[in-house]
Amino acid sequence: MSEGHDGEHVHPESGEELSVYARRAQAIEALMVEKGVCSTSEVDQMMNMVESRSPSDGAKVVAHAWSDPEFKARLLADPRSALTEIGYSLPDTTPHLAVVENTEQVHHMVVCTLCSCYPRALLGRPPDWYKSFAYRSRAVVDPRGVMREFGLELADSVEVQVLDSTADLRYLVLPRRPAGTENLSEAELAKLVSRDCMIGVTDPHVPEGVAAS
Amino acid sequence: MRVDSPSHHYRTPTYIQGKTGVVVAICGRYRNPESLGHGGDGMPEQLLYRVSFAQNSVWDRYRGPSGDKILVDIYEHWLDPVGV
Repeated sequence: MSEGHDGEHVHPESGEELSVYARRAQAIEALMVEKGVCSTSEVDQMMNMVESRSPSDGAKVVAHAWSDPEFKARLLADPRSALTEIGYSLPDTTPHLAVVENTEQVHHMVVCTLCSCYPRALLGRPPDWYKSFAYRSRAVVDPRGVMREFGLELADSVEVQVLDSTADLRYLVLPRRPAGTENLSEAELAKLVSRDCMIGVTDPHVPEGVAAS
Repeated sequence: MRVDSPSHHYRTPTYIQGKTGVVVAICGRYRNPESLGHGGDGMPEQLLYRVSFAQNSVWDRYRGPSGDKILVDIYEHWLDPVGV
């Protein structure tokens, strides 16, 4: 099952009427298995992997990159092998991951205008708004307006780079480490990293009293 | 960027077609989705480029600073060289 497209893998549930989409997904899966494109166990394996991943996995990766500059360099250069180092092995069947780093000069924000491509192998399922027509169209036309709605006002001196994930790569944004977090442990840092800042629509939020003044 | 609307599946957004951008990265070779989308084998593989476009060259009324960019991953056969 292709990661880039929304497919719900639904097993028949007794006594429940399946939606048209669930029936369509079942029919497509049955056809793909029949034609030998993939096996039921491969579909299940992929489903389980995506369901077992969540933004907290991405947050751990980001916090580790903040804490270990050498790991960060490897993560940016070769995400797949860097992730394997820390226990996140991405199966070969998942699309390649690219990691882009936000800096003082450049802020990245990710969208897939064509469908809903998203680094599911690391972050799990995308939020519904990521798949909405409103986000997919406005993210490219007015990214700063979208970020403002997520509470982020960027200075004009920061260059906004929107990445339209149209092809074979999935993007993870490595946000900037917030100021005043020098004394936080990796686990504490991970709590600051939300799903939305790994998409790039906002920055990590530091609750009052957490950062050193 | 080439301008085209083939009748088969393709993954090149229309808003970027006909625009001029700068290749900022080569992302590797991938099987061609225009073949894969129709049961083909996707061969020959296509080089995939990350192309950067100035936002204000893509949208007439872009509201942000002139440095803002939109980066799109584009397969080689959608790119035409800029006249030299």
